[in-house]
Amino acid sequence: MELVQMQKNLQDYTKSLFLEGILDSQFLQLQQLQDESNPDFVSQVVSLFFQDSDRILNDLSLSLDQQVVDFKKVDPHVHQLKGSSSSIGAQRVKNACVVFRSFCEQQNVEGCHRCLQQVKQEYYLVKNRLETLFKLEQQIVASGGMIPAMELGF
Amino acid sequence: MMNPSHGRGLGSGGGSSSGRNQGGGETVVEMFPSGLRVLVVDDDPTCLMILERMLRTCLYEVTKCNRAEIALSLLRKNKHGFDIVISDVHMPDMDGFKLLEHVGLEMDLPVIMMSADDSKSVVLKGVTHGAVDYLIKPVRMEALKNIWQHVVRKRRTEWNVPEHSGSIEDTGERQQQQHRGVSGAAVSGGEDGADDNSSSVNEGNNWRSSSRKRKDEEGEDQGDDKEEDASNLKKPRVVWSVELHQQFVAAVNQLGVEKAVPKKILELMNVPGLTRENVASHLQKYRIYLRRLGGVSQHQGNLNNSFMTGQDASFGPLSTLNGFDLQALAVTGQLPAQSLAQLQAAGLGRPAMVSKSGLPVSSIVDERSIFSFDNPKTRYGDGLGHHGQQHQPQQQMNLLHGIPTGMEPRQLAGLQQQIPMGNRMSIQQQIAAVRAGHSTQNSGMLMPLAGQQPLPRGPPPMIPSSQASIRQPMLSNRISERSGFSGRNSIPESSRVLPTSYTNLATQHSSSSMAYNNFQQELPVNSFPLPSAPGLSVPVPVRKVPSYQEEVNSSEAGFSNPSYEMLTNRQNDWDLRSIGIAFDAHQDAESVAFSNSEAYSSSSMSRNNTAIAATEHGRNQQQPPLLHHQVYADGGNSSVRVKSERVSADSAAMAFHGQYSNQEDLMSALLKQEGIAPVDTEFDFDAYSIDNIPV
Repeated sequence: MELVQMQKNLQDYTKSLFLEGILDSQFLQLQQLQDESNPDFVSQVVSLFFQDSDRILNDLSLSLDQQVVDFKKVDPHVHQLKGSSSSIGAQRVKNACVVFRSFCEQQNVEGCHRCLQQVKQEYYLVKNRLETLFKLEQQIVASGGMIPAMELGF
Repeated sequence: MMNPSHGRGLGSGGGSSSGRNQGGGETVVEMFPSGLRVLVVDDDPTCLMILERMLRTCLYEVTKCNRAEIALSLLRKNKHGFDIVISDVHMPDMDGFKLLEHVGLEMDLPVIMMSADDSKSVVLKGVTHGAVDYLIKPVRMEALKNIWQHVVRKRRTEWNVPEHSGSIEDTGERQQQQHRGVSGAAVSGGEDGADDNSSSVNEGNNWRSSSRKRKDEEGEDQGDDKEEDASNLKKPRVVWSVELHQQFVAAVNQLGVEKAVPKKILELMNVPGLTRENVASHLQKYRIYLRRLGGVSQHQGNLNNSFMTGQDASFGPLSTLNGFDLQALAVTGQLPAQSLAQLQAAGLGRPAMVSKSGLPVSSIVDERSIFSFDNPKTRYGDGLGHHGQQHQPQQQMNLLHGIPTGMEPRQLAGLQQQIPMGNRMSIQQQIAAVRAGHSTQNSGMLMPLAGQQPLPRGPPPMIPSSQASIRQPMLSNRISERSGFSGRNSIPESSRVLPTSYTNLATQHSSSSMAYNNFQQELPVNSFPLPSAPGLSVPVPVRKVPSYQEEVNSSEAGFSNPSYEMLTNRQNDWDLRSIGIAFDAHQDAESVAFSNSEAYSSSSMSRNNTAIAATEHGRNQQQPPLLHHQVYADGGNSSVRVKSERVSADSAAMAFHGQYSNQEDLMSALLKQEGIAPVDTEFDFDAYSIDNIPV
C-alpha cells in the first residue's frame, strides 16, 4: 500500500474514533505531546493505561464478587479508572465510570455489576481500536513516512 | 510546544531550558517558567506519565512520584529543591489534602490539587486547605502552562515581607488569583508593581478607579520605581514609624493630599535613606486610607469592626493603611481629633464629620474584602456610596481610635467571657482580629475571628460614610463566599476593615501602656473603660443610639490608647497569640474591625498566618465558619440588627485554643523562616495580606 494511502487510512480511522466518541480531544493533547524526542509517547502512555486498567478491572471484579461488597474499596478503583481514562481521552470508558460511581454511591450491587460490564465493554473497545491505530502508525513509520497531523474540527 | 505534526518538537526546544538561573542567580530569574521545579504526586501511573510529559513540554523540571509519603520525604530532604507541588486528591496512602497541609506548613510551597472529581465540595476543600489551584482531570496543557504564576505570586509575597510597602498588595495578589496584569508585573515585582496589582485586584469599582487614578498621577514615579524594584527585588525594609509617618503626613498636607507626589514628599521629608519608592507606596496606602475615611464617615459600621477593644477599632473600618497615620496621630494627641477628621475629610473630599469624640470616623471599608483572597468584591466601593444616610449623625462615632465600636453589651459580655480563654488566639483569629481593626495585640479584646467567617462587622457605627452599607455588601459577599473559604477567607473577611491598627502601630511608641492592660482585663459588658489616654481628648460621645453605638463611643474614647498600647506590646511578638479574646459569636463587628496592623506589619507573616490559619483551620475545623454575621445598619434606629449565625463559636474558639501551641510553633517557625523580626512597627498595610490560598 502506498504511504499516502496508509496515511489517509490512518487519518480516517482516527477520525472515526473521534466521531464515535470513543476518543475525545484529550487524545489530541497526547498526540501533541509526541514529537521527535518522544516519538512513542502516545503508545507508551496508552500501554501504561492498558496495564493499569487491566489491574483495576480485575480488582473491581474481585471486589464485586464478594459476598459483601465493600463499596469503599470499589469506589476508589472506579475513580482512578475514571481519571486515567479521561486523561488519555477514552471518553466512553470515562462516561461508563461516571455511571458506575453513581451506582456505587447508591450501594447498588446489581447496578454496579452491570456498570462493570459496561466499563469493561467500552474498555475493550477502545483498547482494540487504539491497538489498531498504533499498528497503522507503525506501518507508516516502517514505510518511512510521517504520521500525519490530525486535522479535526475540534 | 504543541506539535500536531509530530515533527520537531521538544527536542529543539530543549535547548532553551537553560535551567533555573539563566540570569545568573537573580531571584527573579528563578521565577521564569522555564526550569520551574515541579513535584508531581499521583498514584495513577497513566496520569503521572502524562503530567510529566506535559510539564516537561512547558520546560519545567519535573520530578514525579506516586506516593505521598515519598513526595514528603523528597520535599523534606530538599526543602528548597522544588518550587511547586502538584498533587492528586485521592491517593491510597495519604489523603491529598493532608499532603497539602504538610507541604504548606513545612515547606510553604504552593500546592496545586487535582482530581477527576470536580464536585464542588472537594474543590472547596482544596481551596480551604490552602491549595493555590485546583485542576480537574483530565489536565490540559494550558492549565499547566500557567502554574508558574503561583510560584511567583508566593515568592513576591515573601519578598515583600521585609518591605513595608507592597506587602499588602502582594498578599492580596497571592490570595486572589486574579491579578490584573499579574503576569506582567509578577516578575518585575517591586512595590509599585505590587501596589498596582493589588489595587487592581480590588474589585470594587471605586478601588479600581481610585487606584488607577493614583497610578496615573504617579505614573512617572511609579514607573521609575518599578524599574528600581525590578532590579532590586529585596530592599531594606522601611519602618514607617510614627515620627516618620508624621513627617510624611506633614509633607503631604503641605503639598495637598491630592497633589502630593512621592518625589516632592520625599524632598520635603528629607529623610536620609528613604527612597521615593517607599514614599510612593506609602502614599498609595495613605490615599486608600483617606478614601476610606471619607467613605466611611457616615458609617457606624466602622466601629463595628472595632471590636470591642476598640484598639484599632476606631479605625476599624479604616481598611486603608493610611488611616493609621491620622488616627494614630490623632490619638497620640499630635493631631487633634478634629483636625484629623478634617484632614481626612479633606483628603477624601468629603465634609468633615467629626464624631463626638472628635475623631473622624473612618469607614471600615472592608479593605479586607477588597483584598481578601477569596473575594475581591470590594464592597468598599459599593458601600461608600450609599450607606451614609442611614445613620444618625451621632452615630458617626465610629471613631477610629481603636475603640471598639459597636459592640453590643452582649457582645461585650461574650467577649469578656472569651477573654479568659487566653491570649492565644488562633492565628486566624488574630488575623481576623487584626483585620477587624483591632490590633491583635489587644489580645483580650480581639475576638477570635477565627477565620472562619467573614465576619460582618457589627452594626456599623454611624460614620459619615456608610460603613454599614459597605459592610453589608461585603458581608453578604463574604458570607456567601465563606462557604468556599474557611480558613483563608475568613481572615480576609475580617480584615475587611482595615484595621486602624495602623494608627495604633503608629502610636505604639507614643501611647501609654496602661490602657491596654486595663482594657484587656476589664472589658465591661456595657461600657468600655476609658483609660485616660494621654493626648487623647476625645469626649465620649453621648449616644442615643443603641448600646452598640454607645459602646462604640465609649470604647473609642476609652480605648484609643490601649489599643495603641496593645499594638506596641504585641507588635513585638508579632505573635498573634496575644489576641486572647475569643471571638464571640455575637460580635460581628470584630471581624471586620480587626486591624490589619498585625497583618500589615508583616505581610508575609500575615500571609503565613493565613496559610497556617487556613491549613489549621482546615485541619481543625471541618465545620463551617463559625459565625456569620450579617450586620445591617439601621438607618436611624439605635438598634442594630445583627444577624449572626453562629455555627459553633465555642467549639471553634476552643479549637483555636487547641491550635495555639501548634500555631505558635508554626508562627515562630514561619517567622524564622521568613526572617521576620518579631517586632514590627512598620506599617505594612497589606490589607490583603491575610493569607495565602492557595486557595
